[in-house]
Amino acid sequence: MIRITLRGLLTRKLRSSLTAIAIVLGVAMVSGTYVLTDTINHSFDSLYQQIYKGTDAYVSGRSIVKDNMSGMNLAPSFPQSVLGSVRSASDVKSAVGGVQTLTCSVVGKNGKVIVNGGAPTIGVSIDNSVPELSTVTLISGAWPKAGEVVIDQGTAKKGGYTVGERVGILTSGPVRKMRLSGIFRFGQSNGMMGATLAGFDLTTAQRLFDRSGELDYIAAVAKPGVSPARLVKQLRSELPKSVTLRTGTQEASKATADTSKQISAIQYFLLAFAGIALFVGSFVIINTLSITVAQRTREFATLRTLGSSRVQVLGSILIEALIVGVLASITGLLLGFGLAMGLMSLFKSLGLELPKNAFVVEPRTIYVALLVGILVTLFASIRPALRATRVPPIAAVREGAVLPPSRFHRFRTAGSLGLTVLGFALLLLGLFANGLTTSQILLTLGGGAVLIFIGVALVSARVIKPIATAVHPVGMVAVALLSIVVWPFSFLFWLIRKALRRGPEFPGVMPDRAMNRLALENSGRSPERTASSSAALMIGLALVTLVAVLAASIIGSFKGAVDAIFTGNYAVTPVSQTSVTGVPVAAAKAVARVPGVEAISSVRAGFGLVYGKSDMVNAVDGQPSRVFRLDWKIGSEKTLDSLGSNGAIVPERFADKHHLRLNSPLTVVTPSGKTLDLRVKGIFKPPTGGSAFGDVTFSARTFDANFQDPSNMYTLLKMSGGENAANSKALDKALAAFPNAQAQTRKQFVDSQIAQLNPILMVLYVLLVFSIFISVVGIIVMLVLTIYERTREIGMLRAIGITQRQTRRMIRHEAVITALIGGALGIGLGLIFGVLLVHRMPYVSFYLPVSQLILCGIAAVLIGIVAAILPARRAARLNVLEALQYE
Amino acid sequence: MQTQIESEPRVSYSSRRDSELVPRSVVQARNLTRRFGRGETSVDALRDVSLDVPAGRLTAIMGPSGSGKSTLMHILAGLDRPTSGTVEIDGTEITTLDDTPLTKLRREHVGFIFQFFNLLPMLTARENIVLPLEIAGEKVEAAWLEQLVGSVGLAERLSHRPAEMSGGQQQRVAIARSLITRPTVLFADEPTGNLDSMTGGDILALLRHSVDAFDQTIVMVTHDARAATVADRVLFLADGQIVKQLTDTTPEEVHLAISELGKE
Repeated sequence: MIRITLRGLLTRKLRSSLTAIAIVLGVAMVSGTYVLTDTINHSFDSLYQQIYKGTDAYVSGRSIVKDNMSGMNLAPSFPQSVLGSVRSASDVKSAVGGVQTLTCSVVGKNGKVIVNGGAPTIGVSIDNSVPELSTVTLISGAWPKAGEVVIDQGTAKKGGYTVGERVGILTSGPVRKMRLSGIFRFGQSNGMMGATLAGFDLTTAQRLFDRSGELDYIAAVAKPGVSPARLVKQLRSELPKSVTLRTGTQEASKATADTSKQISAIQYFLLAFAGIALFVGSFVIINTLSITVAQRTREFATLRTLGSSRVQVLGSILIEALIVGVLASITGLLLGFGLAMGLMSLFKSLGLELPKNAFVVEPRTIYVALLVGILVTLFASIRPALRATRVPPIAAVREGAVLPPSRFHRFRTAGSLGLTVLGFALLLLGLFANGLTTSQILLTLGGGAVLIFIGVALVSARVIKPIATAVHPVGMVAVALLSIVVWPFSFLFWLIRKALRRGPEFPGVMPDRAMNRLALENSGRSPERTASSSAALMIGLALVTLVAVLAASIIGSFKGAVDAIFTGNYAVTPVSQTSVTGVPVAAAKAVARVPGVEAISSVRAGFGLVYGKSDMVNAVDGQPSRVFRLDWKIGSEKTLDSLGSNGAIVPERFADKHHLRLNSPLTVVTPSGKTLDLRVKGIFKPPTGGSAFGDVTFSARTFDANFQDPSNMYTLLKMSGGENAANSKALDKALAAFPNAQAQTRKQFVDSQIAQLNPILMVLYVLLVFSIFISVVGIIVMLVLTIYERTREIGMLRAIGITQRQTRRMIRHEAVITALIGGALGIGLGLIFGVLLVHRMPYVSFYLPVSQLILCGIAAVLIGIVAAILPARRAARLNVLEALQYE
Repeated sequence: MQTQIESEPRVSYSSRRDSELVPRSVVQARNLTRRFGRGETSVDALRDVSLDVPAGRLTAIMGPSGSGKSTLMHILAGLDRPTSGTVEIDGTEITTLDDTPLTKLRREHVGFIFQFFNLLPMLTARENIVLPLEIAGEKVEAAWLEQLVGSVGLAERLSHRPAEMSGGQQQRVAIARSLITRPTVLFADEPTGNLDSMTGGDILALLRHSVDAFDQTIVMVTHDARAATVADRVLFLADGQIVKQLTDTTPEEVHLAISELGKE
């Protein structure tokens, strides 16, 4: 039996390998994701190991507030006097204290901030007095004296700086030119994954980073014979409660844990898309195997007459699936390695270089990828295999035998409708039920979507003819229009072929009604096949539509919100949204002095504890009432102008939740542990698109006095004369000393904020393209297999006078119909999902992405055309005589 | 050569054409050779065959299996190309034509009837019949269709699909489909090969009728000795050559001729 199976696989090479592609890509995404994230994790791990390698005890500010965006803990600075206590502790051999910040950038000679992708711009104090604690090596020049700077090798190279030159350093004020005293290397290979590093002597750093008399960390080395744990224990009893103590190893693993939390979020995100690809792939496999099983009915029947049992028939198909699954999974595993390598070199070209030779393949990567691929293939083959076992031996002698219907045949319509309804029920539960955890919500939504996709695929098989008839004219017109677009090329091609005396047909663009009609009839001949192929495409296009709806809704709502809130005409924003740095507060001060500025207001953002939870808080300065307009329940824009030292405004939803009224007390705990006692002075209703202000907004004066590294998210202006060239020029001039700030007109501001969505949209679309590609393979396989089946028919048609071109058009139109069915179902489902999801999202209302939907439709037509190329050529090139005699 | 047995009684089928009037020929084959394979294993299926197919006549080609009769028909119909020799259909030399012009020539001048009917299962009888016109983008002449459907006896079955029809009915649809374009020549490949003998007889009568009523030229390859009774002329092939030709013959003569060929 196994030998027969192997022979069968070899003789059906093309379809076996096409089937395999459906799994290969999904598996590649799984293994690629693991390798990539493991490698990044490993790189960070070794980076932190290096940083803390000589440290026995590490002192840092006790962090009580989390950055909700990144999940990182925000550690405050602590008094420099702690260093004295550490040094005087009996078990400490030596100790170094320092400051550090993520808001210190190096400015290149072109006046622009040097940033590599989204990597941080780090400023540190440098103290090499304790050799055990030194992680940096001087390459040229000297360590910095007061007012001097050293930068790392990579940054120096990128900025083209040499020792002795003056380098622009940007912290909270305007750019400062400082003498470059030296260039250093971090660790062995300066592998900092794109971060730029600027180093200063402690006093200079404290002044630059606004940390006079304060430290961010102390690293201590124990006396010989004292274990790090014992040192930490001793220091803990002697140091104030406002600092945290860890051993160097603990600090390194904590840092690793913090980053790997973010990386594992990326990992789950990517794995979800691998899951989608595998789901689509399983549709393709089920369809392919169903068709081949149907075509091999006589073969199975013959085997049965020769004495094979049902179990043997079942076994032979499962073994076939197993072999395809194993080969595809191994290929996918290796392709995934390639994928990861490709991405890493992409990162490298963005400046986010990973340490050399870093390529981590955990055993887990190998067995998960293989197992997933094999199991999905096997699982997808169960149904077709079971159907094959129902072939009765008598089918061997029947002409054109078909598979017997399943025992559950009569429950199919009801069953598939039931699945769809159940899916929607789960979806609604996940979206609107209260008290579910995030993972419960994601599981319910995912499970619901899966059931809906399966249900709709099954239901659509019942109604494929009407749907096909509906999309048929659309496909005809679309293809005709596309033919007109590419006609000049077709004509050129025709001229060339004519010159070669190949007797080509003149490229007409009018639809061939007879061929299109035959294609329409063909698409309805095996509704289940057409439905299955369409469904695979439906999944990808539904998700693309969903993303498009979400993007359009977010953008539309945001634009609406800007129109509603912002009454000024200029904005100052950070240049590089990929950098964590905002605009220095000093930039707004410089802009305020520009002639013609009638009003100016800046918004800062930070994190604090509000009602015991980390929450984003905002601060506002200047004359907000002149540039902002809000809908007020209590107070007015004037309230914003006069918040004083303890006034705060809150949005209505927040006020209702916490029963806040005018003058209700409200406390915010800052990252450094200070408690701000605020009074509610205003309650506003943000527009659907959200507002510039989070849950709590107070005055910038209070913010600056209590939060570290204050910087502006944006500054809004009203200028006399409105938007004009002179005003833009004046603002640009004022901002010359702030290379990471830019003046934007209202429209530029909106566009640049929206543009921040583009990278994530690109990533989502690219990830979904994998799934769509798999469904294209599905359509190709279906067509190829169908053409086998219809060989004699095609021979007859060719004999009675259809040309090769007409043959191609017939196959193409069937593919276009199949793809358009997938498109119609996918866009429809995507819209439904989008409406539901948008309804659930705060600050977003539904916008219809018209142009994207049209693009989706065109994409479906193109997918059909592309999928048809290979099968159509095969069909057109069939030898008429052989085709007529084909059995 | 062969002497005719004059006293043979005529069977009911026909009003076969007067073979004295020499009609114009619509298909002319000259020195056809068709070699399959190469080198030592090559086989000549046709060896220097020349023939003319007269217009408005039913020509039958007979011969034992492997005699080359199917190959001859395929080459005459432009489905296969000879290794050497020429074929003209309605004055056009077809052996050197590229695929597209050849296909268009078939569309215009050639009709086919196959052993396995080869109807499209998803189309109704009527749709199958008018398919060649649709392919060519031509209009259906309602009167002609009606006449044709009447003469093949399918008026009641036009909305049926092939699966709902008997073999004989399907072959009638196929005949109507081949006649709808009024082809210069109609090639029938074992048209009765897949039918019981009574139905086969009906189909032969129908082919004869289309020659008589519509002046249709037909070339038919067959094993069926009764074909002799409807054919104006029977050509016998053996080993790739035309070895015998009978006009206005009978099944008995044909049986005799075939058994003689078998002995050689």
